[in-house]
This record gives sequence, C-alpha cells and structure tokens, in this order.
Amino acid sequence: MPDYGAGTGLSARLRAAEPIPLDLDLACAPGEILALVGPSGAGKSTALRCVAGLHRPQAGEVCCDGAAWLDTAAGVDLPPHRRAVGLVFQDYALFPHMTALGNVVAAMGHRPWGAREGRARELLALVRLAGLEGRRPAELSGGQQQRVAVARALARDPAVLLLDEPFSAVDRATRRRLQEELAALRRVLSIPVLLVTHDLEEAAALGDRICVVHHGRGLQTAPAAELLARPATAEVARLLDLRNLFRGAVERHDPAAGATFLCWGDRILEATHAPDFAPGEPVDWLVPGAAVVLHRRGRPSAGERENPVPGRVVELLALGEEARVTLDVGDPGGSTLSFAMSLHAARRNGLAPGEDCVVSMLRDGIHLMRRRSRR
Amino acid sequence: MDWTALRLSVSLGLWTLAILLPVAVWLGRTLALRRFPGRSVVEAAVALPLVLPPTVIGFYLLLAFGNRSPLGQGWEALFGHGLAFSFEGLLLASVLVNLPFAVQPVQNGFATVPPGLREAGAVSGMPPWRVLLRVELPLAWPGIATAAVLAFAHTLGEFGVVLMVGGSIPGETRTVAIAIYDRVQAFDEGAAGAMSAVLLAVSIAALGLTGALSRRVGRRKRDA
Repeated sequence: MPDYGAGTGLSARLRAAEPIPLDLDLACAPGEILALVGPSGAGKSTALRCVAGLHRPQAGEVCCDGAAWLDTAAGVDLPPHRRAVGLVFQDYALFPHMTALGNVVAAMGHRPWGAREGRARELLALVRLAGLEGRRPAELSGGQQQRVAVARALARDPAVLLLDEPFSAVDRATRRRLQEELAALRRVLSIPVLLVTHDLEEAAALGDRICVVHHGRGLQTAPAAELLARPATAEVARLLDLRNLFRGAVERHDPAAGATFLCWGDRILEATHAPDFAPGEPVDWLVPGAAVVLHRRGRPSAGERENPVPGRVVELLALGEEARVTLDVGDPGGSTLSFAMSLHAARRNGLAPGEDCVVSMLRDGIHLMRRRSRR
Repeated sequence: MDWTALRLSVSLGLWTLAILLPVAVWLGRTLALRRFPGRSVVEAAVALPLVLPPTVIGFYLLLAFGNRSPLGQGWEALFGHGLAFSFEGLLLASVLVNLPFAVQPVQNGFATVPPGLREAGAVSGMPPWRVLLRVELPLAWPGIATAAVLAFAHTLGEFGVVLMVGGSIPGETRTVAIAIYDRVQAFDEGAAGAMSAVLLAVSIAALGLTGALSRRVGRRKRDA
C-alpha cells in the first residue's frame, strides 16, 4: 500500500461546462467545517455529489487523506460505495422499511457482524436518540429523522462528512437545536466537514470558513468575519446581501499618510492605503454600517473629520431597541447608505424621514474591490 | 375432476414463475430506472401479448417451435424431441405470454422506490447488489408479489395459446383450462363445473391478493 498521508483532509478540483457548470476548488482540513454558500441552483449540492461520487464532473480531482477518489486525467473514478463519505441528504433519505437502528447498521458493511449493533447504539446515543432505536422513520419527528441521518452518515467511519442543507426541512426552533448539536458534534469529529447551505447566518455560525459559490464558480473562500468585511468583489458582496455598495474610482495614493483617495461622484473620500489599485482605476467599494457614524446635531465629536457626508433620511426602521437608518447620500448610481443605531439615539438626534443629517464614513472601514470582468 | 390436469397447471404455473420472475425483475427494474434509446419499443413489445389474440401468439410460437425453425431444430438436436406439443414448449410460451402481467407490476414497484434511497445506500457503503437486496427489493416487493400472483393465475387460466402450442396431451400439455373444454365437449358438466369452480376460486383469491398488495404500494408511494 502506498503511503496515503492519513489525515491530510479533503481537496477537490471540479470543472464542468455542462450539464451543470462547475469551476470550483475546495480544500478542507481534518476537523474543519467548510460551508458552501450560494443561492439555490448555484451548484453547491452538485459539488457535494461530486465528492461523494454521485455526480461526475467533466474534469477534476477529488482527493481525501491522500487517496484519489476521482482523477479524470488518470481515469480514476471510485463509485460512491468505495469512497469513505458520510452524506446527510436534504430530505435525509432514510430507509423507510428499517428502524432507526437498522438504518445505522445498514451503513456498517465494513464492520464484522457482531460489532455492528453495539456501535450503532453508541452512535444513536451520540445524536441523542437513545431509546428510539426501534422506531421507523415515519414514527420519528423531522429533527429525530435528521439525527438518524447524521448517525447513519457517521456509521461508515467516513473520512469526510458531507451535509447537504441538513437543517432546511425542520422548523426554526428545531433548526437552532440541531445546529447547536452539530457544533458540539464537530468537537468529537476529526474529519473534514463540508456543509452546503443557502443560509449565510447558518454558514457563519457553523463554518470555520465559507466558500461563496455562484453559477458553479467558487468566488471567495474565507472566514465569515473576513468575508463580510472584505468581500473580494461586488458580486460576492451582493450574494452576501451586504449593504452600502457603491462605485467609484481611485484618485491617488498618499503612502506617507497611509491613505488612498477615492472619487465618488463629486466627492473625494479617504480610505486606508490600498496600493494594489492604480490611480484612475474604477472600483467597487463598500462601507459596513458599523463604520458609519452619525454627527450629533450641533455637537461635533471625534471621528467627524473623516469623510463627512451629508444625507437625507429616506427610511427609519425600528427593530426592537435598534433603528435601521437609510440615507440618500446623492450616490450617482442611486444606492443608499444604511446603518444601525440605537433607537433612542436616533430619536434624540431628531432622525425622521425627510430630515437632513451628516454622517462620517470611517476610513478604516472603507473596503475597495477590483472591478472584474465576468469570466 | 381431472387431477392430472390440475397438477399439470399448478406445475406449469410454478415453473413459469421460476423463470419469469427473475426476468421480470431485471426487465421491470431496467424499465423503471433507466432511460435508454428504444425503451418505448421494449415496453411496447412487452405489452404486445396483452393485445394480440392468443391464437395469433400461438400460431407464431408454433412456427418458432417447429422443426423448420432454428429454435425447433436446435431443441430437437439437444433433447431428442420437438418443442411444440411438449411441456417445455408450453412453459416457454407461458413465460412469453405472461411477460406483461409480470413486468408491469414489477416496473411500478421499482418506480415507487425513491431514487434518493439508492444513492443513500451507495453512500452508506453498499455495493449495488446489496442496495438491490436490502433497499430496492424490500420496497418494491408488493409489485413483485403482485406480478407473481397475476402471472400464476393467468397461467392457470390460459387457453388459446396452450391449445395452439400444446394441444391436449394428458399429463404433458392438457391443463385445467383445456380439460374443462374437453369435459364440456363430452357433455360431462359435473367435472367441468368442479374444475371451473376451482379456477374461479383461484381467480378471486388472486384479485384479492393483488388488490391488497397494490394498496400497499400506494401507501408506500404516499409515505415517500
């Protein structure tokens, strides 16, 4: 046996033009959860199916712990039952004619007969289903079915765990509980976990890193915080539903001051030095709501020297103790600026639709993105 | 009551099932799961015995079994007697005539197995034969059982084809259905009545069984 370098994790390179376009590179370390996020039809599930061997891309490689599962160039394509994957299907796909225990035992073909039932009971206890071993799927709630599916996926002693929208078929409260359980479960798992979801919050809560997928392409892979603060392109920002996305152009750099100046309509904004962009280069840029500061009326304060921008309140949305303020800031593209503040501060400052105000955009918060032509 | 004929019919029915069911499971599953060119032609060919008059089927089978056809000649060379007017010939005819009665319920049975379950079996580490045994057959079995019941009952009652390719040789090709006809021709209404009652009872039982089984399939479909 060649040395397969156990425990090196999962890597995949998937390419296809049809029937479902794919242009995706994935790498997931043991113990890591990589969340694939994107709108439905983006190719996330297809990517997962490629890893499991249920779908074959036109070209690519899938490699797990050093073993080649797929290598189209070398003619390697292991069938699903010879790839050590555990897959939790969106609809769980439990065997309806078997009990919960039977479902788990059914995935233990690699163990000797005598060892199967004991291990299956352990796994069902791990997903907190002890006592329900004899129930059939139809006699279990949605959340319980999902747990059986997780136990069955683990029963194979997989080298990688694949979760295809595993929380989409249950109600909100159950989803919250199952997500907490997965977070607890991953602490005892030392294998790579791929999680497919269209829910960014879920991806951010569970994933160590997030891979944004659109039209089968992997657009950016990064930890959630970095992704939200520094999306690679406007396309990623839009997919993540980020607000305050504008267009502008780099005016000049001032390395001494650590600043890059940005043309935005007829205004000049100061951003953190970004030498990668050439002067004159058109850019997309965004500023998170957290980097937008409202000037107090008649009482200037620190930070207000940075990028003061006058605006008119378009909308004031009260959400509990918070207010989401939307300003018309005269963006040439017609985009609005939105930020959150405490409701009482908004009231104290007399913010209401139609009122004028001034805000500062903190320069460290302004993030520039290269305008890329679509491939 | 012609016990020899009844025994022969039951024996023909069981032999038919033994040969027909594996074929029907393979063919029905293929038709249910695969999309291939010529699929509709195969489906039509399987259904043909439903619409052809039994005498027409019997006529072509006689031609195929005769000692001028390669099949008839080959059989004669191997076994020393012709296929026509023999139990083996009757059995082969019975298998062919019963194809639609067996294939269609089997096909329906496999069609009710959600495709996701086959994939779930595969990613659970089951090789295809194991998925078939552990997942597909248990879920499709009401369809397979329906096929068995229908084919068996139909074999007992088949008349036209049996008369054409089998004739009426006692202990070899004279089935119950033929025996009834013989008895009626001989004005032996008592024997004809007794045998008819047996076939009637078998038919009613078969309908009851298939009804119960198809309700089971329907329930599976809704659950899935």
